[in-house]
Amino acid sequence: MAILVNRNTKVVVQGITGREGSFHAIQCKAYGTQVVAGVTPGKKGENVEGIPVFDSVNEAVKEMGANCSLIFVPPPFAADAILEAVDAGIKTVICITEGIPVNDMLPVKQYIRKYYPETVLIGPNCPGVITPEEAKIGIMPGHIFRKGKVGIVSRSGTLTYEAAYQLTTRGIGQSTAVGIGGDPIPGTVFADVLKWFQDDPETEAVVMIGEIGGTAEEEAAEFIKSCVKKPVVAYIAGVTAPPGKRMGHAGAIIAGGKGTAAEKYRALESAGVITVQNPSIIGETVERILKEI
Amino acid sequence: MKVHEHQAKEIFRKYGLPVPRGYPAFDVKEAVEAAEQLGTWPVVVKAQIHSGGRGKAGGVKLAKSIEEVQQIASELLGKKLATFQTGPEGLPVSRLYIEEGTAIDKEYYVAITLDRSKSKPIIMVSAAGGMEIEEVAATNPEAIITHTVEPFIGLRSYHARELALKLSLPKNLVNKATSLFTTLYKLYIELDASMVEINPLVLTKDGNLVVLDAKVDFDDNGLFRHPDIMDMDDPTQISPLEVEAKKFNLNYIKLDGNIACMVNGAGLAMSTMDTIKLAGGEPANFLDVGGSANATQIANAFKIILSDPKVKAIFINIFGGILRCDRLAEGIITAAKDVSIDVPVIVRMEGTNVELGKKMLQESGLPLITADTMWEGALKAVEATKRR
Repeated sequence: MAILVNRNTKVVVQGITGREGSFHAIQCKAYGTQVVAGVTPGKKGENVEGIPVFDSVNEAVKEMGANCSLIFVPPPFAADAILEAVDAGIKTVICITEGIPVNDMLPVKQYIRKYYPETVLIGPNCPGVITPEEAKIGIMPGHIFRKGKVGIVSRSGTLTYEAAYQLTTRGIGQSTAVGIGGDPIPGTVFADVLKWFQDDPETEAVVMIGEIGGTAEEEAAEFIKSCVKKPVVAYIAGVTAPPGKRMGHAGAIIAGGKGTAAEKYRALESAGVITVQNPSIIGETVERILKEI
Repeated sequence: MKVHEHQAKEIFRKYGLPVPRGYPAFDVKEAVEAAEQLGTWPVVVKAQIHSGGRGKAGGVKLAKSIEEVQQIASELLGKKLATFQTGPEGLPVSRLYIEEGTAIDKEYYVAITLDRSKSKPIIMVSAAGGMEIEEVAATNPEAIITHTVEPFIGLRSYHARELALKLSLPKNLVNKATSLFTTLYKLYIELDASMVEINPLVLTKDGNLVVLDAKVDFDDNGLFRHPDIMDMDDPTQISPLEVEAKKFNLNYIKLDGNIACMVNGAGLAMSTMDTIKLAGGEPANFLDVGGSANATQIANAFKIILSDPKVKAIFINIFGGILRCDRLAEGIITAAKDVSIDVPVIVRMEGTNVELGKKMLQESGLPLITADTMWEGALKAVEATKRR
């Protein structure tokens, strides 16, 4: 079953004729994902290695039955692209674009919340979602993932790969890996994904990878305390990050004394989460936990 | 991006917010001219650095005569000012702001920023102005009045009026405060600010509301819409290596340790720093070369890392996804021809095309130390710094 995406998911790639868009559309398709359409306004009738291009998401939905969108549209136009997908009835919108102004995301987030509460936005500024051996909808290297029972949810792309690799090399597969992204206004937060993993019969344990900035990890801890019965292994990046400095991601900044890794570890531990301070032992920790179940 | 107080006040002025008269000054002569131009005494001489807490650090001083302006200006200019925010090293004072004095009766606090847990802007006001707001929040949280703004309708007059009334402002100033708050919100949205702060907003002895200190931080991702604000950037306020890195699209932040790191991805870069610390070392920097780094960028990254004299070892930790390991290897080999690397280099790579990358590095004959995991790499890096 996994969560969010599977072999039946039909993907439209917005911004498919761009450099990143075309490269990754082809990669996703090669992995086995059903990439049924692409959108670039003004380029209807063209194709990207056999993937037909349309002028709008609406057309891609009507003509090809797309139900998931993967967005590579440049930052100034990306908020529009998300809204277009949402309004066209796409239920799972995955936005890879990095660098969208926060103020562009303010109305987007509230619009989805208010008018499309069933629609899921993943990202922006994220690696995407993969259900191994079924569908890769994002920019992650597919070959390091294996089908299995551990869910991964992460704010960081490369740390998602690091965790998946550690699991795979130990023979532990993943149900689904979700990169929720490093922006201050994410479409989906840890608590959302944790709920889906809790409800997914295929997932037996969850790896959660947070980082400094914001309070999403603390909110996740609250949620875990009351609603998550499956074991969660968590790592938080940025213990050594100095306050006031943005660590790459727009959202990764300790501001006004808030958002430190220490606070997040404390909250997670009090919720019964198994935390690791050393990112290199995520894999072996999960291995130990799975044996105990 | 941060701007100086005088720049923030210039922006405020354009929006019609009540800011005292003042002029920036880049040398003593300009400071004197600014004071003469103001024509009233006393004037305030304010050091312009990208940090709060300037008053406590001795960066804000009253002057009652031209001689005093001269003296204070020459003391401040060219010095480094250390505040609780800058750390002991401080930031260089290369400009001053000369402002007319204000007779203060009462101090208030106003700020707008993003409430990340709600994904909506929040406006905060308080009658406990002048202090560090974090301190107020910790000791007396009821003293801060907040309103979460619904992005669809924005901050309306009735919201702002309610805040003004809760502040118990003099009756005749409620309308003025109301429009000040709504204007501030307009500025926050229109200019893609990530934070605006007035601390303090002052009730003057003659019964006016005046913005005494102004702070605006901008969302870097929104700057493409505001070239005039981009021009306000002051590179003297960040480390020269960070300025250099920016030119090559590298995300670099200088730290105090001696083990440099070169990583792809912000999260993995932070993890690498944490792992070095866990292994008993101190990271010299944060460096994310990004997912699309090419050989030239890798070479430039080496140059920047090596121009930090403290660096005793380099730990390269790459998880090849989009950035393929062979491309990284090519970058390292190119860099080694171009730059003389005289410290041990520890390489850990994994992911796409890792076998090819490892083979290329082996055949290059470069004296590299390899590691299979992040932890092993960090341990080897710490060991390398001890051996020297």
